[in-house]
Amino acid sequence: MCTVCGCGDGAKPGGLALNHDAAHRPGSAHHHGHDHDRGQGQLHFGTGPAGLSVAGVSQARLIEVETNILAKNDALATGNRRVLRALGAYAVNLVSSPGSGKTTLLVKTIAAMAGVPLAVIEGDQQTENDAERIRATGAPAIQINTGKGCHLDADMVGRAMERLNLTPGGFLFIENVGNLVCPAAFDLGEDAKVAILSVTEGEDKPLKYPDMFTAARLALLNKVDLAPHTDADLDAYEANLRRVNPRIDILRVSARTGEGMAGWVTWLRRQHAAKTLAKAG
Amino acid sequence: MHEMSLAEGIRQMVLAEAQRHGFTAVRRLRLEIGRFAGVEKTALAFCFDVVMRGSPAEGAELEMIDLPGVAMCYDCMREVEIADRLDPCPICGGGRLVPVAGDEMRIKDMEVV
Ligand SMILES: Nc1nc2c(ncn2[C@@H]2O[C@H](COP(=O)(O)OP(=O)(O)O)[C@@H](O)[C@H]2O)c(=O)[nH]1
Ligand SMILES: [Mg+2]
Ligand SMILES: [Zn+2]
Ligand SMILES: [Zn+2]
Repeated sequence: MCTVCGCGDGAKPGGLALNHDAAHRPGSAHHHGHDHDRGQGQLHFGTGPAGLSVAGVSQARLIEVETNILAKNDALATGNRRVLRALGAYAVNLVSSPGSGKTTLLVKTIAAMAGVPLAVIEGDQQTENDAERIRATGAPAIQINTGKGCHLDADMVGRAMERLNLTPGGFLFIENVGNLVCPAAFDLGEDAKVAILSVTEGEDKPLKYPDMFTAARLALLNKVDLAPHTDADLDAYEANLRRVNPRIDILRVSARTGEGMAGWVTWLRRQHAAKTLAKAG
Repeated sequence: MHEMSLAEGIRQMVLAEAQRHGFTAVRRLRLEIGRFAGVEKTALAFCFDVVMRGSPAEGAELEMIDLPGVAMCYDCMREVEIADRLDPCPICGGGRLVPVAGDEMRIKDMEVV
């Protein structure tokens, strides 16, 4: 267990070998200094303040950096995006709270898109369960376990993409860690973020977590089969989504009954076609 | 926001800059943080202290400069400055605003020796 971030040690069997040392190598978005990599950091970059034994120190100077803190992640995301573009593949970054129905929706989506090449990257803090649910459909899936990490980053996704052997012209679905906060800030190289909001979560969710719904191109209002049994106000959900993001597309679906799934599949095909056209043009 | 990841990003940049410019210690590091960046500044300051250990920025003073939040109002189609992400448009009172600036999280500069 990493004492700074609490992330777990070791590769997960069958999962992506995001073992602790690899995840912490310098250059990895997860990298940070603690006991097991400090030696490496010192090797390259000197001994740090404790080793500042030279007397008569040189004068202080100002270095203008003017760089985004997540520049490293953004550069890796750009690389992922380039790979996807070359493949003619369309990538969706699925984000939501835990339990909104991301995995269930993916399983149904795979069934509805039979014949279309697609692959799935699953992100969870622990377990291989979701990747197994996907593999049961016959689609290739890689599980990333983030340990205590609460989001996927472009480095993890890039390495998972290498393993997946993506088919040209298909779709890549990335199920992010269930969390409505930080996945908004981490570009993975996707073509669109799709936010899932289930109708039992409360109409004001978009107002409480505006960043995620601002970043999303589409919101899927899921579990509409439950709406009649609850006092969920679907129009209020939509109004709040449009309040934080006037440009957002919204579709009402039920991953349980299949209601609205055809509209979602059409949305995906249109986006993919638009990307293909843009590439050609 | 994930302040630990941000601190890790800062550390990587400090190490890269140290290699490029050949300094051994950072005395002060200035960040620019937009109002809509969702950064919890106290949490980031805490993570900074922990994550910079063993790097040239260990013990460095961290300064955070606020950048304004700017949004496009989809009712009057003007760019306006707002303090909070969900504030109404100060010109027309409309509520449909899309951020155009204010999500920055940048390292501005560092004072090094
Ligand atoms: N009633 C209903 N339940 C759903 C629907 N979609 C998902 N669920 C249930 O919600 C729970 C969480 O779903 P899951 O796909 O694991 O959510 P994830 O954490 O976002 O991947 C499971 O018990 C699903 O069966 C839906 O459309 N309607
Ligand atoms: Mg899941
Ligand atoms: Zn996170
Ligand atoms: Zn206005």
